[in-house]
Amino acid sequence: MKFQGIWSSDLAYSFRNSPVAVVAAVLALVCVGGALLAPWLAPYNPFDAASLDLNSALAPPAWTAQGAASHLLGTDDQGRDILSTIMYGARISLGVGVAAVLFALVLGVTLGLVAGYFGGKLDSLIMRVADVQLSFPSILIALLINGVARVVLPDDRHDEIAIPVLILAIGISGWVQYARTVRGSTLVEKNKEYVQAARVIGRDPLAIMLRHLLPNVMGPVLVIATIHIATAIITEATLSFLGVGVPPTRPSLGTLISHGNEFLISGVWWIVLFPGLALVTLVLSVNLLGDWLRDALNPKLR
Amino acid sequence: MILEVKDLRVEFPTRHGTLVAVEGISFAIAPGEVLGVVGESGAGKSLTGMAVIGLLEPPGRIAAGEIRLDGKRIDNLPQEALRRIRGRRIGAIFQDPLTSLNPLYTVGQQLVETIRTHLEVDASEARAKALALLREVGIPAPEARIDHYPHQFSGGMRQRVVIALAICAEPQLIIADEPTTALDVSIQAQIIQLLKKLARERGTAIMLITHDMGVIAETADRVAVMYAGRIAEIGPVREVIHAARHPYTAGLMGSIPKIRDATQKKRVPLVQIEGAMPRLNAIPPGCAFHPRCTRVLERCRIERPEPRAAGANLTACWLYDPGPA
Amino acid sequence: MTPALLSLESLGRDFDVSKPWLNRVLEGTPLQLLHAVDGVSLEVRKGETLALVGESGCGKSTLARLIVGLYAPSRGRIRFDGVEIAGPEVPPDTVRLRRRMQMIFQDPYASLNPRWRVREIIAEPISVLGLLNGKDQIDARVAELLTQVGLVPEDGEKYPHQFSGGQRQRISIARALSGRPEFLVCDEPTSALDVSVQAQILNLMSELQARLGLTYLFISHNLAVVSHIADRIGVMYLGRLVEIADAQDLFARPRHPYTRMLLDAVPDLEMSGRQRTPVAGEVPNPLAPPAGCAFHPRCPHANERSKTELPRPIPRGGAAIACHAVEENRI
Repeated sequence: MKFQGIWSSDLAYSFRNSPVAVVAAVLALVCVGGALLAPWLAPYNPFDAASLDLNSALAPPAWTAQGAASHLLGTDDQGRDILSTIMYGARISLGVGVAAVLFALVLGVTLGLVAGYFGGKLDSLIMRVADVQLSFPSILIALLINGVARVVLPDDRHDEIAIPVLILAIGISGWVQYARTVRGSTLVEKNKEYVQAARVIGRDPLAIMLRHLLPNVMGPVLVIATIHIATAIITEATLSFLGVGVPPTRPSLGTLISHGNEFLISGVWWIVLFPGLALVTLVLSVNLLGDWLRDALNPKLR
Repeated sequence: MILEVKDLRVEFPTRHGTLVAVEGISFAIAPGEVLGVVGESGAGKSLTGMAVIGLLEPPGRIAAGEIRLDGKRIDNLPQEALRRIRGRRIGAIFQDPLTSLNPLYTVGQQLVETIRTHLEVDASEARAKALALLREVGIPAPEARIDHYPHQFSGGMRQRVVIALAICAEPQLIIADEPTTALDVSIQAQIIQLLKKLARERGTAIMLITHDMGVIAETADRVAVMYAGRIAEIGPVREVIHAARHPYTAGLMGSIPKIRDATQKKRVPLVQIEGAMPRLNAIPPGCAFHPRCTRVLERCRIERPEPRAAGANLTACWLYDPGPA
Repeated sequence: MTPALLSLESLGRDFDVSKPWLNRVLEGTPLQLLHAVDGVSLEVRKGETLALVGESGCGKSTLARLIVGLYAPSRGRIRFDGVEIAGPEVPPDTVRLRRRMQMIFQDPYASLNPRWRVREIIAEPISVLGLLNGKDQIDARVAELLTQVGLVPEDGEKYPHQFSGGQRQRISIARALSGRPEFLVCDEPTSALDVSVQAQILNLMSELQARLGLTYLFISHNLAVVSHIADRIGVMYLGRLVEIADAQDLFARPRHPYTRMLLDAVPDLEMSGRQRTPVAGEVPNPLAPPAGCAFHPRCPHANERSKTELPRPIPRGGAAIACHAVEENRI
């Protein structure tokens, strides 16, 4: 589709006329851009031990009395520039969040399609597993998987695989919403005559699911995924805050908040506040975008 | 005349500009008369009915024209006054009896509630009236069925209940939008008989909107044929069906399948009108039907015809224009 | 006598509409079977149009789906060109026979995948059946089909939502024809269309039948529509075939009381003022059909035998009627 066509489409029109969506998009772009381009944009590399200068530790933000322009948001107890840690931290947070969502999406959509199309015992099985899983809070599931992994795998491998395990944990804790939605849509679509026509032509179930059903059930999935990114990031932040998330060598925003929390009581407020604000901004903007998308794509509300 | 509509115009403001959905609609219905409004999808017949009853979905609105009920204007009334008129003096019957009735209340409860909203009667009187209504619309054993829920009725019976609801406040006018389309053909016949009986016995004026010409032939006294938001022809039913003046009406009548008579051995091909009715945002200049008309004149491409007398009908077609070309 | 292309022998299909097992155990309700199609036997001859008419619940749509293989029969068998394609003695590979039949559906809005382009939709049978090779050949065939159904080759690039109901049915017809079938099952193909569009589609279908030598099984609830396209007509009621006759015969001399009732119920456009005998009752619940002849509660000619004994089809001339009154020469 040509850009001209996209810009004047109903979706773009709805976007242009929704101030919330525009602001959210801009904020999200800033956060994501800052995170992705951290190695090039960040003023310092806070994880390069050689560049750390303990003398500038615990420096407050630039606009305060004792602040310096060289560290816009101040430094932490090890002399790391807060702004840079936020950008690198957001990178990890986003990376884990998006990867977990992709995993949950693929798993959930597949199971939903299979359950909806074949029905019967397979459907019952998948839905019962989903129901059982839904009775646990997702954080608990992520903790469980994480804990099991730590016990099962040897100590020295922990740091390497911490992030993949985390992605797996958050992913598994979140597949159910995709499966349920896709199963519902599949049940509706599979009775439509274009699917019957495909069966009369002689297509096998796999072809029907992938080529006919999948494009028609993906709509709500996009909306769920956008909002899920926000939830995944928060889940990761929570786990990291609790110390069972990302390894300390690759801190995410959650780790930073946890770390900064310890200094709050001594009046050093900037180490916890700015990562916190960054997390809130990122999650909020993604959430708002997801809300707008859901309403814009809902034909009944237009 | 119970209902008089003059030069009605309904518009929809959209982000691409204002869409004119129906225009120049004028007709009248006398007490006890059934006026059929017939047309294909997109012709604007349902919209006209909705406009009369005041149920246009915003942003649609009546942009011009007058609607008079029993001599008094109703199109410019505030919502509250319109709500009181609806139900009391105008009743409505829609296509799908399943969604016209509230599944959570019994038929009796819905009837009694409607009766008491519009008439000053107490609960027992209202219930007696409800029973009488159910009997009148042909529901067998009404004493038992009055306390049943809608899902316990079959499709045809449900539509009878909907008709009972429409007439319970003794309205002067009923708008029926495709009342028989969702029903089996044998039930259709029963409902048509019922509507005719109501018009005759109660003197109610009925505006019967449908795409089914057969139903019109059996039920209506006069019929208006709509095309692309305007009336193409209006006149007595016999005249419009058998002596259609407007080329669209003639084409429409020819394309309706009829049971072959006993002497025909071969299958008879149907008359077909080439092309399709234009969408509302792509109506051609001049007469909206001209691109498909086999008898098109030069004038038809430029100037839009207004309905004018042609025999017993009013026809919007330059072929019948008595004046200088 | 032209050979039968399709023959159905005592075909039956039941649906289990019982409540879930747990509910049945707790409430003590029995297994409930819906006999959607019950003991239907008929033949469709090569080159003809057989119409099946009936009201809702009569089983005509289920029968259509049984024939094209969307459902498997519970009883009876289906033969295509003499070979059994459904039933107890089906040979392992019926695919090659089945590809000689195709189906056109009722709803023009649900029968085309909204995410596919029109040319992909039409080309699907060609590529799945491996009939042509290479993009050029397929594109040429798609363009040919589009022209055949009254559209233009450029329409192949568009999506279904850009077309009207009538145009979508044309696309459906093009898709059905792309595999070069001999037999088309048409399930109420014009019921969702406006009357003038219906006329175009019916004329198109007649023309295609003459040009391509097709055989049609045409399903409809509208006797008037069927009058314009059918050579023979079968009337169904609650899953059973009650009458089957040549079209001219059926309209001139309807024998089964239900056929007479259906004809009587067709609105009289000619306004001949004919008096219509009001129809009694409604179609009973298909889950609890009346015993014996299913039509007996509404039939003016029912006797004691109708209430208990299922009528078998009686041949009369070229027709067959399942009615005790006809058998007993009472009507």
